Amino acid sequence: MRVLVGVKRVVDYAVKVRVAADKKAVDLANVKMSMNPFCEIAVEEAVRLKEAKKATEVIVVSIGPKAAAETIRTALAMGCDRGIHLTTDSRTDQELGPNSVAKLLAKIVEEESPDAIILGKQSIDGDFGCTGAMLAEHLKVPQCTFAASIDFDAKTVERETDTGTEVVSFPSLPAVFTADLRLNEPRYATLPNIMKAKKKKIDTKAADSLGVELNEGNTVLEVFEPPPREAGIFVDDVDGLVDKLKNEAGVL
Amino acid sequence: MLCAATSKMILKHITFTKRRSLATVTNELRRLFESDPEIIDSNPYELDRHGRGESFHPSKPPSHIVHVRTTQQIQDVVKACASTSPPTPIVPFGAGTSLEGHVGSTNPDSISISTTKNFNQLVSVDPSSLQCTVQPGITRHKLNHELRATGLQFMVDPGADASIGGMAATNASGTSAVKFGVMRDNVLQVKVVTSSGEEITAGSKTFKNSAGYDLKNLFVGSEGTLGVITEITLRLHPIVDHIESSVCAFQSLTQACDAVVTLLSCGVPVAKCEVLDGPAIHAFNLYSKDVDDMTPQPHLFVELQDISEAGLASQRNIVEEILNDCGGTNIEFSANPAVRKKLWAARHDTYYASCALRPGEGMGIVTDACVPLGQLASVIAATAEDIQTSEVIGPVFGHAGDGNFHCILPVRDTDSEEYLQKLEDVNDRLISRTLAAGGTCTGEHGVGSGKMKYLTTQYGEGAVDIMRAIKESLDPKNIFNPGKIITP
Repeated sequence: MRVLVGVKRVVDYAVKVRVAADKKAVDLANVKMSMNPFCEIAVEEAVRLKEAKKATEVIVVSIGPKAAAETIRTALAMGCDRGIHLTTDSRTDQELGPNSVAKLLAKIVEEESPDAIILGKQSIDGDFGCTGAMLAEHLKVPQCTFAASIDFDAKTVERETDTGTEVVSFPSLPAVFTADLRLNEPRYATLPNIMKAKKKKIDTKAADSLGVELNEGNTVLEVFEPPPREAGIFVDDVDGLVDKLKNEAGVL
Repeated sequence: MLCAATSKMILKHITFTKRRSLATVTNELRRLFESDPEIIDSNPYELDRHGRGESFHPSKPPSHIVHVRTTQQIQDVVKACASTSPPTPIVPFGAGTSLEGHVGSTNPDSISISTTKNFNQLVSVDPSSLQCTVQPGITRHKLNHELRATGLQFMVDPGADASIGGMAATNASGTSAVKFGVMRDNVLQVKVVTSSGEEITAGSKTFKNSAGYDLKNLFVGSEGTLGVITEITLRLHPIVDHIESSVCAFQSLTQACDAVVTLLSCGVPVAKCEVLDGPAIHAFNLYSKDVDDMTPQPHLFVELQDISEAGLASQRNIVEEILNDCGGTNIEFSANPAVRKKLWAARHDTYYASCALRPGEGMGIVTDACVPLGQLASVIAATAEDIQTSEVIGPVFGHAGDGNFHCILPVRDTDSEEYLQKLEDVNDRLISRTLAAGGTCTGEHGVGSGKMKYLTTQYGEGAVDIMRAIKESLDPKNIFNPGKIITP
């Protein structure tokens, strides 16, 4: 089985993001960037398949600026075999949207013919959560999103939903899977693997050379911070508390 | 923001002179941080939390907390506290493990300098020099997560997710010490704000340094009594590909400890080597749902690491042979990362597991004895026996590879005087036994206020006098965490 994994370079989850002065985007200058946490989980799942001898090859793909090559190297250090880097200068947190990404990935799938495509369930910058589903639609293949566990032998996937877990089955491969938090705990790459990864192959192409229409149709009008949290107040007694909860907060 | 109720509470209980000092330092702090007033914290719950740790020592809260953002702010606070009359004590606070009352304010006017909120960044990484530099408020799990792309990790692993500043101040260590050493072996350099408000640098970013007196190792382990640590350069180690952990049962603690001596004498480069007695395993079984139950008898948990698969396999064979020869049974090995993680997480939770043996409100007396390796078997066995004959609950476990073990004596608020006296006696006998065997009253947890009384017995007057001279010289106004380690 050949596995294709998608990874995205995003703002590190621990960074406190700030809005840019022109209120059109998040300020990315000098901000720490890392692999999207759900993409890490996707890579880990693919690498475990390889270690269990269920996958013969794992290819990692990323769409992003020049620096996204580092993110691909990290995936290679975790155990992927080779990488594909589609370069773009568009902002991947808001300009290049999920449908464009899905169309680009579909082109890669056409070229590489993977049996399984594993993506993160959503990126922590765009938070659309759409790419996996859109990709499956473009490819006309089954989709198993929010996977908490995948059984390739039984062809079943445990899916996390807001109301609980459900088990779905997929009829055949190829199929698209998107990784949820519970799927696995990603490994830290070891130095020997990081050094080996430097020698692994990354194919670089321009994203706009694939014959895909990249105009998303969405325009970001404004980016702003949520209103600052107000200071708490002290109430004198329980009656006062109940009164505020009822009449001010409107939660009772 | 000052809470009116709290100030009234504090002011009621102190003399007019001290009140003048508290009012002065309060005004001074307000003035210094006029443009950033939210870093001054007088929330009564936060004050209480900043006066306590994870052990039975009751909370002794400070008067204010300053959640500092920069070294300059630390310097300003130190100068302000030194200039009041009388001077205002300072208690640095990391994540609050504080097992021997380290963070308890002996003076209710004290100012707590707290770093985990705003002074907690990884400053730089130098992978080819195998080191990184951090601010004191970063915790060790967060640091390792930030380092994950480098293939390097910070190896010192005390049970808690402690702050690096706190770990440096207490010379902390954990299960990895048998291979990677303690904080003193893993801190290359520290920056410290001293009593004059100046920031000095101690140590160097090199692996070896013979220049001058070893100030770095003086400040590391000084428990906030000589200055406030503002930056730490740490030694990192590569994560190794081939790791396996092993669990093995023994008929007696003596047998288990003899096996440890044999392993180390044969030169096995164990990465972790922990012993747990029957009661500790029992606590472990009840508390940790992620790990299979083990028979409630003494056990060794060992971890092996190697840079190659073949190397690991040959270590495993040698270890299995040694454990068998020493009377070990039910020997199991596992390389599965999830299994290993759960095993060591459960080991780290043994303190809580022990406290859970006695349901109810209260914490634990955590003992910390370290003896020459050859004495471990007799001291630990005598301790376990003493606990049994005294009929108290006190699981025994520890870093056998270092000759270091802990015994947790859970204390409950409802305990009778009689029971408390029994616990105290067990603890006293343990420390006497340890010192008689040529050991130290604390291998890792530090002196704080709890163990000050043992220093003279352990070292003699001469050495303790030198410690006092150092304290008096570096902190003439006794503002740095007074009432800990040594009194001037």
